Amino acid sequence: MSEGKKPTSQDLLYCGVDIGASATKLVLVDASKNVRAMIVRPSGVDYKATAEESLADALLESGNSGKVARTVSTGYGRHNVKFADDSLTEIHCHGVGCYHYIPRSISIVDIGGQDNKVIRLDDKGHRLDFKMNRKCAAGTGAFIEEMALRLGVEIDEMDPLARRTDKMVRLSSFCTVFAKTEILAHLRKGVNVAEIVRGAFMSVIHRVVEMDPLAGDVVLTGGVVAHNPIIADIFSQKIGRPVEVPPHPQFTGAMGAALIALQQSTNN
Amino acid sequence: MAEEKKSLIKKIRSAGPMRKLMAAYFTELNEAATTGSGKIAWCTSVGPAELLRSFGFLVYFPENHGAVLGSSRLAADLIPAANAIGYSPDICSYLTSDVGSFLNKNTPLTRAFGMETVPKADILVFNTNQCRDVKDWFQFYEREWNVPCVGIDTMRGIGDITSEHLVGLIGQHKALIPILEKVSGQKFDIDRLREVVESSYKCTKGWKNVLRIAEKKPSPITFFDATIHMGPAVVLRGDDRAVQYYDTLVAELEERVTSGEGAVDGEQHRFYWEGMPVWGKLREHAEFFAGKKSCVVASTYCNSWIFEGLGAEDPFEGMARAYTELFIVRSESFKEKYLEGMVRDYDISGIIYHDAKTCPNNSNNRYGLPLRFTEKSGVPHVVINGDLNDLRLYSEEQAKTQFEALMEQIND
Repeated sequence: MSEGKKPTSQDLLYCGVDIGASATKLVLVDASKNVRAMIVRPSGVDYKATAEESLADALLESGNSGKVARTVSTGYGRHNVKFADDSLTEIHCHGVGCYHYIPRSISIVDIGGQDNKVIRLDDKGHRLDFKMNRKCAAGTGAFIEEMALRLGVEIDEMDPLARRTDKMVRLSSFCTVFAKTEILAHLRKGVNVAEIVRGAFMSVIHRVVEMDPLAGDVVLTGGVVAHNPIIADIFSQKIGRPVEVPPHPQFTGAMGAALIALQQSTNN
Repeated sequence: MAEEKKSLIKKIRSAGPMRKLMAAYFTELNEAATTGSGKIAWCTSVGPAELLRSFGFLVYFPENHGAVLGSSRLAADLIPAANAIGYSPDICSYLTSDVGSFLNKNTPLTRAFGMETVPKADILVFNTNQCRDVKDWFQFYEREWNVPCVGIDTMRGIGDITSEHLVGLIGQHKALIPILEKVSGQKFDIDRLREVVESSYKCTKGWKNVLRIAEKKPSPITFFDATIHMGPAVVLRGDDRAVQYYDTLVAELEERVTSGEGAVDGEQHRFYWEGMPVWGKLREHAEFFAGKKSCVVASTYCNSWIFEGLGAEDPFEGMARAYTELFIVRSESFKEKYLEGMVRDYDISGIIYHDAKTCPNNSNNRYGLPLRFTEKSGVPHVVINGDLNDLRLYSEEQAKTQFEALMEQIND
């Protein structure tokens, strides 16, 4: 993972940990902003333990090449990270993480396990505004999981399945349960499962484009995009222009938190 | 056992006298209801209370009961009973909480004031300036008790208030007189009405003084405090005891201003709350904002009980004007101008819009206002999804994340 100079055990590392509703992501960077480790694991039910285990794994992955000087936590479980020096919202951290990779005015669309966000940044990386989805599974990873379950398809089979076709059914319901009923109707008609999967991805995209006009350059992040990169292609078709996906799209929140930890440490 | 976190909410001494006043109000209602010593009129929160008092009615406000059901968190247990008899979970959760309370014979007034039940109405009098739901709410009790249900139908989306608006509304108020005479057994007395309206106007001025003192930095009162201390302005306007109460409260808040004591220690951000409170989360919200050194200093909701129109020479014109000048019945362009004034007067750093699922008329984010206003004023905002009473429609984590994100954006 490391880039640049050879790491030493004396290096100071900066930790960002994003305890999401579904997954916990942890990033270690050094003072030159090189990534030393990236860890993802299910958040589970004990956020404190998950954070500690993720840090232990990350230190191992980094080859125990330094010591953690400062940690910033983010995500829904941010207040459960006992070793964090500060905590900030994932909205802020996603902004910082994305701007690190794409330093210009952008509209970030983060599709997470249980929520999604639209965050607009100006060309200096300052947040202009943000929106979150309504408290509903529609448009989130939870929707995709429910659809996979209904179709009897493993989550990691969804992306390759959707790539087998250009056709898709339209799932128009806002409600995940109603959408599952719609799927039943399509299955009864003998519609190909691949078309339903592609339609499920488009349904998520519809929920997002209903949230914001998405002006300017659009950047997609989050675990749903990381695991289903076809969403970027379908999204691009939907809005009629390219969308960008930063490196490690599931880690932008944790990356942002790590960069903030570094920045705070420098300021101190 | 975990140590209990120390509360950051500063106590207001006047809460003691206010509780006594509210207890006296409910005791009087209960006595009238149980002994028949007086006639009881139910009135919507911004209904013609002055007219009713002029006939000697004791006036009961079920929306106040709705708020108590919300803040006591009984609502979630009671709403399903109303849903089960056909009142949709999508309509006003004050209505469904209150109807559920009636059906289940369960009211927090029992514990608070020893009342077995809400006081039975001799007449139900609405004003649809709040919404159509208040009329449907009262019609439930009309059917239950076979008592008259009458009221004022106010127009909506009003820009400038014209004489044509007022003439119609004055006519509707006057048309209530014969039925009120019949139910109360008293003849209409214009001098008595003038006295009540004058008292109500004094109450409004006192309440306005309370809210306007929050313009000071640091503010000596928060929105969350104000939602509690507005009780007398809601249920006792037209009664001189409410006027006296606000004199007491203003004096205490002025003491805070003189000593430089804010309601929130180290006040850094000043927010405006647009929409209904989330009653069942009032305390949590108050603690949360105080913990972030943020003060919600002003709100549309609390300001909606300022009725300056009552100062008109003719009491009927005063009532018609006062109950139609309200934010809730006005046009979008009026609302934008109103917010401009609030942001300026209170030096607001950010606006929180509460999209209350079951209260469309008090959810002013639904027609593009937040984005338009932020673009025009540069004041950032956030929209939280929730509800006044139905906590099943509220996500604590989402709301707190959005509050914090707004604070971070202001700090950025």
